Amino acid sequence: MSTIRISRVSRWYGNVVAVNDVTMRIGPGVTGLLGPNGAGKSTLISMMAGFLPPSTGTVTLDDVPVWKNESAYSQIGLVPETEAVYDTLTGTDFVRANAELHGLASPGPAAALAIAVVAMEEAAGRRISTYSKGMKQRIKMAAALVHEPSVLLLDEPFNGMDPRQRLHLMDLLRKMGADGRTVLFSSHILEEVQQVATHIEVVVSGRHAASGDYRAIRTLMTDRPMLYRLRSSDDRRLASALIGDPCTTGADLDASALQVQVVDFERFSKLVPGLARDLGIRLLEVSPTDESLESVFSYLVGRR
Amino acid sequence: MIVRTIVRLTLATLFGHRRGLLLYILPGVFVGLCVLLAFTVDDKSGLAPAMLQQLGLAVILPLVALIAGTGAIATEIDDGSIVYLLSKPIKRSTIILTKAAVAVGVILVLGVVPIVVSGLILDPGDAQTAAAFGVGALAAGIAYTAIFVALSVMSSSAVTIGLLYSLLWESVLGQYVDGVKVLSVQQWSLAIIQRLTDLPSVTSDVKLPISLILLTAVTTAALCLAITRLRTLILSTAD
Repeated sequence: MSTIRISRVSRWYGNVVAVNDVTMRIGPGVTGLLGPNGAGKSTLISMMAGFLPPSTGTVTLDDVPVWKNESAYSQIGLVPETEAVYDTLTGTDFVRANAELHGLASPGPAAALAIAVVAMEEAAGRRISTYSKGMKQRIKMAAALVHEPSVLLLDEPFNGMDPRQRLHLMDLLRKMGADGRTVLFSSHILEEVQQVATHIEVVVSGRHAASGDYRAIRTLMTDRPMLYRLRSSDDRRLASALIGDPCTTGADLDASALQVQVVDFERFSKLVPGLARDLGIRLLEVSPTDESLESVFSYLVGRR
Repeated sequence: MIVRTIVRLTLATLFGHRRGLLLYILPGVFVGLCVLLAFTVDDKSGLAPAMLQQLGLAVILPLVALIAGTGAIATEIDDGSIVYLLSKPIKRSTIILTKAAVAVGVILVLGVVPIVVSGLILDPGDAQTAAAFGVGALAAGIAYTAIFVALSVMSSSAVTIGLLYSLLWESVLGQYVDGVKVLSVQQWSLAIIQRLTDLPSVTSDVKLPISLILLTAVTTAALCLAITRLRTLILSTAD
């Protein structure tokens, strides 16, 4: 059981602040580090992996700083985002080399086991240069698992994977988390994080925007004011009826559609069908207009 | 301490890429040229030391050392695969020393041996000169390795800087400009060669004891610098 603590960490490059006063604790289980591109996720993972010193603050693994501390790597398994591996080697040779570098007593069996865990037995005898992106990702995963680390750090692990590989990796991460390992992965896709992570940390523009289990994060995200676009057989009557309810704060009518500002999504979602039925209006379209993750993030940041 | 796995990975990187071909081409061209000269030139007096010094020691060796020294570590730092070495509980000094040892081994086989062989081809009767150049080339190769490994850890344009250094400083200025000669690895190794042969044409501007001290000092300082820098090497994609 291992715990990563990030306390009051900032990191800047020249004038650019990549991470701004972030404090978080990452314990056993699967944690998703969620944020748009450029939010500072990779910078945070680099600091947790000991490849980047924080400009201020501390990053510790079980209360020991990871920067300039190579002994920490006995406990850390790292799946870097970088594509480059020793791709003239075969998959087996690469994983085995990682096992040897960890000083494992029996690197051969350990490598075979790790390759089996990521289900790469068939392609393991081939050179890595012939692998697809998803296969490369899995062999990197095997290399990170080979010494059975208590902490697993993965930087955008789902990038380039097809849906089947994605499901397989999700399963694997869940299992690792259930085993009591501390698993942290970064992603910019909410659905990915929701499906695997029991705990979510959201970073936006280098700041820690939210933290909690996926229900808490989802509530945060659906509870924000949202703009809905409606088309119906009678937009004007529908507008006047909706604006009469406290779940909306504004309505905007134009020639083609009705835009409604919603503050209470739950109430709104129950209200609309009922109203339409009572008033005899046919609904043609009800859709959120700013569902993009970026608008969710900018809301979370603005809230702070 | 040398780790076998690191040796294997380093060799895979060195010879797995296209740049590795140069490691064969350079000594190949040099030996080929010496064979050609051995068959075509009639008056071969002084030819062997001239070729060994002005082409072998001054051009071929620094270039082979450049490719081996930077290829042993700069390639991995550039493409990011060094992360698989650094994310292991291995002392940073072990990584540097192992990689330097690999580079020296490569220089021995593809830089030093071709110089000795060429010497024997040009003048089969003078094994002493060939051997002397071999010893000098190895000493220079070790110092170059330390310099190029340190350069690789410190700068992302190690190959360019190394190329300018070996071609301008060592090959041209180190042969012909007096002030630079004192601070040239080539001249230090020539001092060793001068001691081991009795040829009047081989001379160094630096005395042997000073040369040995400088060779050792530069090698040690460069390796220490490389180890210190690797310990704090920042690996981060800017998101």
